Amino acid sequence: MQDHYHAAPTGRNKPRSLHDLLYSKAIRTTFYQVLMAVAICALGLFLYNNVVDNLTRQNIATGFSFLGQVSNFEIGEKLIPYTPRSTYLNALMVGLVNTLVVSAAGIIIATVVGFMVGIARVSGNWMLERLALTYVEIVRNVPVILQAIFWIVVLRNLPPPKNAFVLGEFGFLTNRGLYFAAPASTPVHFWMWLALAFGIVACIIGTVAARRYREVTGRYVDMLLPGLALILGLPFLVWLVAGAPTEISYPVPKGFNYVGGVSISPEFTALLIGISMYASGFIAEIVRSGIQATPKGQVEAARAIALKPRFIMRYVILPQAMRVIVPPLTSQYVSLIKNSSIAVVVGYPDLVNIGNTMMNQTGQAVEAIAVMMIVYLGISLTASLVMNLFNRFVAIKER
Amino acid sequence: MLDTHDTNDAVIKISSLCKWFGQFKVLTDVDLEVRKGERVVICGPSGSGKSTLIRCINRLEEHQSGHIWVNGLEMTDNIKNIEAIRRNIGMVFQSFNLFPHLTVLENLTLGPTLVRQMKKKDADALAMQFLEKVCIPEQAHKYPLQLSGGQQQRVAIARSLCMEPEIMLFDEPTSALDPEMIKEVLDTMIELADSGMTMIVVTHEMGFARTVANNVVLMADGQIVETGPPESFFGNPQHERTRTFLDQILKH
Ligand SMILES: Nc1ncnc2c1ncn2[C@@H]1O[C@H](COP(=O)(O)OP(=O)(O)OP(=O)(O)O)[C@@H](O)[C@H]1O
Ligand SMILES: [Mg+2]
Repeated sequence: MQDHYHAAPTGRNKPRSLHDLLYSKAIRTTFYQVLMAVAICALGLFLYNNVVDNLTRQNIATGFSFLGQVSNFEIGEKLIPYTPRSTYLNALMVGLVNTLVVSAAGIIIATVVGFMVGIARVSGNWMLERLALTYVEIVRNVPVILQAIFWIVVLRNLPPPKNAFVLGEFGFLTNRGLYFAAPASTPVHFWMWLALAFGIVACIIGTVAARRYREVTGRYVDMLLPGLALILGLPFLVWLVAGAPTEISYPVPKGFNYVGGVSISPEFTALLIGISMYASGFIAEIVRSGIQATPKGQVEAARAIALKPRFIMRYVILPQAMRVIVPPLTSQYVSLIKNSSIAVVVGYPDLVNIGNTMMNQTGQAVEAIAVMMIVYLGISLTASLVMNLFNRFVAIKER
Repeated sequence: MLDTHDTNDAVIKISSLCKWFGQFKVLTDVDLEVRKGERVVICGPSGSGKSTLIRCINRLEEHQSGHIWVNGLEMTDNIKNIEAIRRNIGMVFQSFNLFPHLTVLENLTLGPTLVRQMKKKDADALAMQFLEKVCIPEQAHKYPLQLSGGQQQRVAIARSLCMEPEIMLFDEPTSALDPEMIKEVLDTMIELADSGMTMIVVTHEMGFARTVANNVVLMADGQIVETGPPESFFGNPQHERTRTFLDQILKH
């Protein structure tokens, strides 16, 4: 091919003598970084040995073997199998899953509410703008822990199950929890979720591939419909193949409670509303400033071709605002995940809540805290990584 | 029924138009008529209200008194009127204002698909047709920021043309361009003029005004000072203000 002319020289200009090595910029930079890493590791090791020495002198056990011991406590809300006869590690996993669930739900709600309120802030409608501003100022400026407590108090003051708030046959609101009708549980659902996950991954890969293909060949492949077909079609197909189960399970009063349908605990709900509303206030401001960062000329050009305001928002402003929105949005997501650790004030068994119990029972505070810190670090870094990938996706092509 | 108005054969009729920005009066009693197929060039010193005037025509700015009719339809606060008039008027800006997150082709098809509700396939075909007209069909799948200024402005012209408007407004379309790119954009505009498009062009390109315009308008301090066909406007200007302006601009 003709690319020979433009090919960059393959080897870097390698230093030849010892003198060159000593003054090579690349080698110096690496050297200082290695030195730094070694120093940090040494310090860490020193501190660790120190703590272990002190603890052994006071006859306190060290190490992580306690994770295999039987926990001996019950957990109110669990999504994976667990009994008081399970291990501490098991208990931690229950807490981790609970943290992940409340964080994921919180991120979704905070994003939807945040975008709606943020757009309302610049809607041009005086009433709507004032309302949105008021909402933002309240949810941003009340400490998140107070908000969670506020919601748990509200939910605990709902009527008891025997005279619940009734939403037709579809739901009951009580101080024991919120009960809703839902498709009756079948093993098919598991496969449908799996199909959904598979479809989303396939859609992302397909979109990236289509973009590459266009960049290489100049041919445009619209991935909107195939993508939707993958995401929604696959679970639907699984449902059809499984014989299309349509049974609905309704919550029915039984004893002091309800059976059937799905139930959401007051603790989960309070924590969820608390952390997601708090984050939605910040997200709304991020969205507002992203929208306002879009040059005026863009809106004028869109008006000049007679686009309706909602199309201007959808197709011209938001895609450009996303560039500005995504990086700070990432840090809101990360702080929402960390905020979920206030679960203990409402009694939701998240990772910290369970870790705390474990710490009190075993007395191995250093290890328990280390485990929790590492887990949070892992979750937060994963969230950042995903958002960074997304950011690359919304970035605008320049030369 | 939309209120219509007999404007004789003028496609655009502006009468005693006034506009204020706060306390500051930008336009004072502007009267202007543009007939079908006519090319009007507006010139005048910086800050004289040229941009404001043409931006009032498609309501990127609101006027406070006076009237604007486009094809007999008055530009008022009525959303239906605004939309109907905007569909019929294309506008090209000094700074191109292409949508940077969309490819050239997507820039061109956005209006046709969302406003004119064309099928994507038809919109693509239409867009390619206009890209060929402005001589850059090979750039269809690039992003605007990957093009030169002159190419971007030609894309912007094609984007307006894709709405198949009857009238085109140009606000200093060549002022942000390097000299060697000005010509390619002016050539595109001349071709458009030859095809019979009604055009209002704010520009300092006096050569373009001489060859293309039916009427040249001089604005100063928010008022129209002089209007006339290029021969008399350049050859025998009636007003002192016009003479000093032409002296200044033709000296360069
Ligand atoms: N949005 C605005 N708010 C306040 N004043 C404005 C606004 N837009 C324009 N003006 C003022 O109105 C006057 C006319 O502006 P306009 O842009 O119409 O002038 P112009 O003739 O197009 O000038 P130029 O040749 O520099 O583009 C100027 O004094 C300008 O400062
Ligand atoms: Mg101007």
